[in-house]
Amino acid sequence: MGAPDEARGTDPADSRTVELAARVEKGDRRAVARALSVVERADTSSRALIALLFPRTGRAHLVGVTGVGGVGKSSLIARLVTEWRRRGKRVGVVAVDPTSAATGGALLGDRIRMEELLADPGVFVRSMATRGAGGGLARATIDATRVFDAAGYDVVVVETIGVGQDQLDVGQVAETIVVVEAPNLGDDVQALKAGLREIADVYAVNKADTGSTDRTVATLRAMLALEGDRDWNPPIVKTSAATGEGIAELADAAEVHLAWLARSRRRAARRRERARAELRRLLQEQLLRDLLGRVGDPDLTAATTAVLGGTDPYRCASELLRRYHG
Amino acid sequence: MTTADKPSSAPPIRVLVAKPGLDGHDRGAKVVARALRDAGMEVIYTGIRQTPEMIAEAALQEDVDVVGLSILSGAHMVLVPKVVAALRERGVDDVLIVVGGIIPPGEGKQLKQHGVAEVFGPGTPMNEIVDFVRERARPRGG
Repeated sequence: MGAPDEARGTDPADSRTVELAARVEKGDRRAVARALSVVERADTSSRALIALLFPRTGRAHLVGVTGVGGVGKSSLIARLVTEWRRRGKRVGVVAVDPTSAATGGALLGDRIRMEELLADPGVFVRSMATRGAGGGLARATIDATRVFDAAGYDVVVVETIGVGQDQLDVGQVAETIVVVEAPNLGDDVQALKAGLREIADVYAVNKADTGSTDRTVATLRAMLALEGDRDWNPPIVKTSAATGEGIAELADAAEVHLAWLARSRRRAARRRERARAELRRLLQEQLLRDLLGRVGDPDLTAATTAVLGGTDPYRCASELLRRYHG
Repeated sequence: MTTADKPSSAPPIRVLVAKPGLDGHDRGAKVVARALRDAGMEVIYTGIRQTPEMIAEAALQEDVDVVGLSILSGAHMVLVPKVVAALRERGVDDVLIVVGGIIPPGEGKQLKQHGVAEVFGPGTPMNEIVDFVRERARPRGG
């Protein structure tokens, strides 16, 4: 190993971080709020904090809620959280909204739909901007769930941005994935496409109060039937965030799924998959940072000029790689 | 989550934009929220008819640097001190508080004695608000 590089590894925590972690573990809400900001910074102090909190994680049920924009994810979560509260569970919510690529700013509006939860000390809702990450979550989302987990929240809900067909990072964070659908969003071919529906553990067909969910349910059933018998057949629950219909059933479905995960040893297997995926991601990011840090701007400029001059980009990239990456 | 980050510069300023009280005129609040977003800030917008407790609770959970209150009902002399008190009750004592609305100058002075950093009246240019927030928001990580 070369000289100590503070971008690598885990640094000894300073006393402030140690104190913050201790307060988080006691469930101190102000400390939880601060810790969530720390993990968003993704620097040495956030790594030190996660190092301290990590041994206290693994107890919460991590529930992902995803779906395209406008299906009612936030309103549904507000109802679900109320149901979980009725069942005596403390709930943390990480609600992700997109960062503007143009300005770096973000308008985070998921709280509007959750305002009835705010008077309840057993609920903590945090809005998070994607800050340039592309998979439907922010990079720090996974660490945010760890903060809630270590603070003793029984259920941690992760709400993705309104996702497209390949923004599936929620699968790397959550144990139970609720895919929210709404009527009239697409035909049967949409249902056959790869994407969200490959990661669903539970379907919520929302806006049942609009009365037109039957077709959506039938389409989903038909699609699931094509896949034959799997070891987990995702239940389809009709919900209405407006009336509260199906909410208890949806909470039941999430619990049944968790029980199945534990019983079938899938919970451990999925944890293993998620840990592996996260390690790969961290390695990728670190390698990329290291490499791009070493490739100097003059070299990149020279290579760019070569591409414009007719050398193909694969060759230029290979040459740069050979020079810097051996 | 696959984007490799650039060497991280300062994190974005986080602002809570809220409307306490009973007036439903949220156009101004939305315009300001949008302007702050376009200036690169993360704006948490909580909508109309918020109680001081809801606002303080949101400020705590979101760990914001700035709380912006929009009040057009005339009840600012009642509502603003209540919001400030609710924030302090929760230990949120290091946020920048700004108020927008129709506030007579004398009352604006009194609000500042209650911990409000600045009062912006109708017709304030957006960049004046943006610049003020940018200069005065507490540096994150401090």
